[in-house]
Amino acid sequence: MTNKNIKLSEISDIFKKLDVEELEGVTIEGDIELDISGGGGLNPALAYALGHEAAQVSLHVANIARMLGYPVDQLFATSMGAVPAAETTRPNVLDELIPSKFEVSKVAEWNNSIEEVTLGATSADGGSRKNTITLGGENALPYHFDGEMPHRNYVTMDVFDMPIGMAKSVKENYEDVINDPADWAKKVVNDFNADMVTIHLISTDPLINDTPAREAAKVVEDVLQAVDVPIVIGGSGNPQKDPEVLEKAAEVAEGERVLLASASLNLDYERVAKAATDYGHAVLSWTQLEINAQKELNRKLMKQCGVPRDSIVMDPTTAALGYGLDYAYTNMERIRLAGLMGDDELTFPMSSGTTNAWGARESWMKESPMNEDSNWGPREYRGPIWEIITGLTLSLAGNDLFMMMHPTSVEVLKEITQTLFGSVETEPLDITNWIGTEV
Amino acid sequence: MKLNSPLEAYKYLPGTNCGECGETTCMAFASHLIDRSYKLTDCKPMVKDNKYSKKFDVLKQLLAPEIHEVEIGVGERAVKIGGDDVLFRHKLTFFNKTALAYDVWDTMDEKDLVERIKKIDDFKKFYVGEFLTLDMIAVRSTSNDPEKFAATVKKVIDTTDMPMVLCSFNPAVLRAGLDEAADKKPLIYAANQDNWQEVAELVQEYDVAVTVFAPNDLDLLKSLAGTFSGMGIKDIVLDPGTFPTGKELKTTFNNFLKIRRAGINGDHDIAFPIMTVPMTAWMVYDDDVSASYWETVIASIFSVRYGDIMILHSIEPYALLPQLHIRDTIYTDPRTPVTVDPGVMEVGSPDANSPVIVTTNFALTYYTVESDLASSKVDCYILVVDTEGIGVEAAVAGGQLTAEKIKRDFEAAEFDLKTRTNYNTVILPGLAARLQGDVEDVLGANVLIGSADSGRLPGWLETNWPPTKK
Repeated sequence: MTNKNIKLSEISDIFKKLDVEELEGVTIEGDIELDISGGGGLNPALAYALGHEAAQVSLHVANIARMLGYPVDQLFATSMGAVPAAETTRPNVLDELIPSKFEVSKVAEWNNSIEEVTLGATSADGGSRKNTITLGGENALPYHFDGEMPHRNYVTMDVFDMPIGMAKSVKENYEDVINDPADWAKKVVNDFNADMVTIHLISTDPLINDTPAREAAKVVEDVLQAVDVPIVIGGSGNPQKDPEVLEKAAEVAEGERVLLASASLNLDYERVAKAATDYGHAVLSWTQLEINAQKELNRKLMKQCGVPRDSIVMDPTTAALGYGLDYAYTNMERIRLAGLMGDDELTFPMSSGTTNAWGARESWMKESPMNEDSNWGPREYRGPIWEIITGLTLSLAGNDLFMMMHPTSVEVLKEITQTLFGSVETEPLDITNWIGTEV
Repeated sequence: MKLNSPLEAYKYLPGTNCGECGETTCMAFASHLIDRSYKLTDCKPMVKDNKYSKKFDVLKQLLAPEIHEVEIGVGERAVKIGGDDVLFRHKLTFFNKTALAYDVWDTMDEKDLVERIKKIDDFKKFYVGEFLTLDMIAVRSTSNDPEKFAATVKKVIDTTDMPMVLCSFNPAVLRAGLDEAADKKPLIYAANQDNWQEVAELVQEYDVAVTVFAPNDLDLLKSLAGTFSGMGIKDIVLDPGTFPTGKELKTTFNNFLKIRRAGINGDHDIAFPIMTVPMTAWMVYDDDVSASYWETVIASIFSVRYGDIMILHSIEPYALLPQLHIRDTIYTDPRTPVTVDPGVMEVGSPDANSPVIVTTNFALTYYTVESDLASSKVDCYILVVDTEGIGVEAAVAGGQLTAEKIKRDFEAAEFDLKTRTNYNTVILPGLAARLQGDVEDVLGANVLIGSADSGRLPGWLETNWPPTKK
């Protein structure tokens, strides 16, 4: 390659006699230094033509560079910053990153701890459970860096004292045990990794079987025999019958420190509370999506019924994803925030009837009843995830204990809540080039 | 926003109570500015009259949301993200629901590509009077070839008007995509520690929004955002990395909390919308169902906690339905009433031979029942009972739905079953079956027990209506 110095006047001379048009097709080879300062008398048309040719050459070269992946435009932007392209903004690129330090403070207002409530009693405490489970104790919203969460979330799985209607994908897990609550309880503990068992005495409802309370209590004994995890005892939801049913159940479970479900404002909560305190159990304080009602009931349980603070768990009501979960979520979050900020009528662990997710048609219906909807796909995959997302959302609001039904839901919910809790170890994953993932 | 009370906004307003905004007083308008149900530009005098321009500018600054709002795309399908003022939805509401972007990639063959885009574009789920739909297409460069990427971007543009995220760490690839798509105002993904200068230049040249990516390095993330701001780039999205499992996911979760808390608390350098990529679940799980489930789990966590835009992979309905619903759950305005007015509503054109169906005044229950019946073109009456906004099952358990309350609300609506209908019959929800005897006694009417879910009511009516006895 040759390297010549050419003065502009010389170029002008060279082409002096030619028509400008004849410049087409001229190629410039080698490194060329143009000495413009020498100046003088360049024909403007010729200068334009020359400039055009030079620009074409540089554009061609730049395109080659760009195809090779070189950031040509950055070069142009920095070296030719004074010549902005007509239709684009003028790039303005710094040479170095502006250094920065990220800082954020912890929440100062979270000064209060949530009560710890222990369920189940081992032989050391006069019970026959293999282990106890402690709920609560948080001093921050769940999984937040503001405070250590002392206990993980727990799952209690539903067992019923008679066959009930269930979504198909739930039912197929229990067909072999549906007539035997003790076997059912064993199955959820041994096969499905339930932390606890809830025995629902629904047959006691006068509108169902009206099973006498004393007979129902036998089922509780059977379940306590069958499994050695802490248990929850639920009535039928009949406000007239439940106090009596729960009294008898509390009596036969004396010493086991069960959770009695539930005391509520629309039944004789004093009797339920007394059954709990008389036999050393904890009581579930159930209200319906209303923070002030929750305060009122907790207050009554403590002041009027003498239930100790370490024996109250709240169920502020769970509505399914798509069916009022927004209210359930925000109600729980407000309750937990109020507790953390010092409202001692709300500083109790919370429980969710996550099973309610199966009431959502998306979880069980074969296909959408709305003609306009896109295909809903196979329902056996829709149901479990409906229960998972319902529970997971409430876990983020501060819920501690989950009452659940489907084994897959339980498995995934435990995996994600324990991941956020911090007890799941995995291999580190390099995500720096996730874009290129082949899936 | 920097204002806490209507009074603080009021002092910048004209104070003339002209009423042009639709409110009778400027103070009323001020309270709507604070709850963000009106925009400052709704005050016409402030916009038109030059003497207010200084106050307008000051007030506009004071009213600006703490988290910068970024718009992506053009036209009707454009999405806005960010714009929040609070950490908890009950403190006000969250604005601009999380934008859901589903991926395509530039090594797909054309037929698959078009089919996938159409599936994403067409997906819809009816819910409370409207359709829930997906928002965006994220185009990933898996080839790292500018030409292939450009061709794929072009195909996306030809197939849908959904806004796009253009994903590559190679500036040459991004440029090729922008050459096709710049006028569609896509979001660029992403600038990182290595390519930030080239990407910054592209962003300025093409005037598009940009994502800055610094996996689990909040100092670097803030530095990138601050540097881009320093170059005059306003529309920035932050990606602190979405690690899909284990303690790294816990850290990711806390990164989101920290960024949003700092932003709401006034750290301008980091007060931008946050991007999450639940798709990283596919880097861990092999089978489609597990990966779709875990991706949906991550998407839900970050719908609740501060994800403003996300890139997802699974388009299985069992993933899309919960993703759409949890996003809707969190972004529903908690200030809207839970209830509808009690009374007797008409669906279609009911007459004396039409069924009378009982439900609650919980808005969600009512709208579900109403749309199920209307969708199947059933002519009927619906008695909406005042259950204090509680759904059927809970209201039966809690005593808000009883025979007496059903009677009370029929009477309040002056609807006499015996004179208005030929069958003197009401249909109770399946979940209120236990009220049957009571309702028969109290109303002196026949009671049928309908399906437990109103989606099955039209089918139920086909076999059970009209009733056999009059």
